[in-house]
Amino acid sequence: MTATTPAGVSTAVESPPGGGWLSVLAYWMAVYKRVWKGTIISSFLAPLAYLAGMGIGLGSLIDSGERTAVEGVPYLAFVATGLLAAQAMQTGVGEATFPVMGAIKWHHTYEAMLATPLRVQDLVRGHVVYAAIRVATTVGVFAIVSIALGALSGWGVLGAVVFAILGGLAFAMPVYFYSCRVRSEQGYNVLSRFVIMPLFLFSGTFFPISQLPAWLEALAWVSPLTHAGALTRAAALGPGSPFVLDLGGYLLHIAYLLLWAVGGYLLGVRALRSRMGA
Amino acid sequence: MIKAVGLRKSFGDFTAVDGIDVEVAPGESFGFLGPNGAGKTSTMKIIGCTSPASGGTIRILGMDPASQASKIKARLGVVPQEDALDADLTVFENLLVYGRYFGLPRATVRARAEELLEFAQLVDKRDEIVEKLSGGMKRRLTIARGLINTPQIVLLDEPTTGLDPQARHILWDRLFRLKREGVTLVLTTHYMDEAEQLCDRLVVMDKGRIVAEGSPRALIAEHASREVLELRFDVADHAERAADVEGIGARVEVLADRLLLYVENGDVALEQVTARGVHPMSSLVRRASLEDVFLRLTGRSLIE
Repeated sequence: MTATTPAGVSTAVESPPGGGWLSVLAYWMAVYKRVWKGTIISSFLAPLAYLAGMGIGLGSLIDSGERTAVEGVPYLAFVATGLLAAQAMQTGVGEATFPVMGAIKWHHTYEAMLATPLRVQDLVRGHVVYAAIRVATTVGVFAIVSIALGALSGWGVLGAVVFAILGGLAFAMPVYFYSCRVRSEQGYNVLSRFVIMPLFLFSGTFFPISQLPAWLEALAWVSPLTHAGALTRAAALGPGSPFVLDLGGYLLHIAYLLLWAVGGYLLGVRALRSRMGA
Repeated sequence: MIKAVGLRKSFGDFTAVDGIDVEVAPGESFGFLGPNGAGKTSTMKIIGCTSPASGGTIRILGMDPASQASKIKARLGVVPQEDALDADLTVFENLLVYGRYFGLPRATVRARAEELLEFAQLVDKRDEIVEKLSGGMKRRLTIARGLINTPQIVLLDEPTTGLDPQARHILWDRLFRLKREGVTLVLTTHYMDEAEQLCDRLVVMDKGRIVAEGSPRALIAEHASREVLELRFDVADHAERAADVEGIGARVEVLADRLLLYVENGDVALEQVTARGVHPMSSLVRRASLEDVFLRLTGRSLIE
């Protein structure tokens, strides 16, 4: 990019002298270091409760002998892969709601950051990376618990974790955009009740969406969580399961998630810029 | 250091800054004095490159905020009205985190942070969580934070608003030290005593415009008198007693609760008042201040 100075001389626009997104990430990590103990318990206990209750409890009821409720895989493995993606969604959304509103509105963190050489896009990038790290930790713990309980096994789980992170960002970034626009935390009640909760239930986490009426099944494919779940299942349950994907299938799901993540990021930068009056 | 010509800022139909010219010289301590809503903070945000001007031109350190905001900000220290500290982090961590926003090497930031703890008299609070600090300490930390990049210009928006008198004096003392070190200070305030204490030169702002400019002393000499005689009467409306003292001194100002007489010598004026057979409930002789300048220029008090 170039700019024209009043003297009419064309010059390259500043390469910013600031600490960039890395210094923003350093801020969020410093804050996280203060509160991580509280989050580690919930990120460990929540999946344990879900897996034990839904996977083992419900699973033993609906899987009988040779015939499994979801064709081709034990219900525990089915639900573990679904929850892996859902857990990523929850964490991604969580990190893009209250912390962002706090930084904009309550603690004036962003105002202080923008008084330094940092640019609006540095703020958003730093937060994306932070959200990705938080999602990775939660999903990583979930994967380890799943393996320990015998729900999942093999190197495919690692791939599933990577896809879950991508899915988490496909939620975090649009929600970040939402946070830049919303005026009060009331907006998050709407988000959680009318968007996140229905998606959690109807994106194939607990049952295949083919069980849904045709119109609802079509609608479920709009949800990024459906695509994230398809990817985690393909990676972790792999060949020999009904969830196997060919290369084209992988690419299609990945592209759809990227669309949400990148679109949310771009809108987020614009919305934050106008919110901060910069 | 700063040069603005015809600077304007509007939000929709509302004009916050209405064509002001400002020039700040290196090492100068410059103030914007005015009541809330006069356009001081809007002006500061333009200088701080966080809010673009709607019109006019401005150069800061010779650069244009429209194209070189980050470069300018790298050399500014900003102390906003709201402390905006990271309440969950320690005092020292606040300085470290902020220093990194400037892209400064970790070791440089550490060394500078230790120096600034000393400067802000917060050495024994180094590892305290910020939430537990007093208002005055938080304010000093905010100033220390604004100095982490060794700025050439420090912008202070209402630096002592909300602090108790003792905390204010500690803060003024710190700001004096900065000034002695040759740092250019630009501050806004609606406290006349603060403006008199800290500013070499100031502009009085009202409704987005500059209504007067000069050193505090020159402004008082020009727009007020040497002394002020304040008279209180036991009446509902002080306007009805204004005629009784008319002609004593240069001017009479009627306030809701008292009359102000602008005079050369307050004690002599008071004798003249009693000689006329006028007996106020109470009287006070004081030196004229910027408050009187503001009253003269706008017909209103600074703090309402």
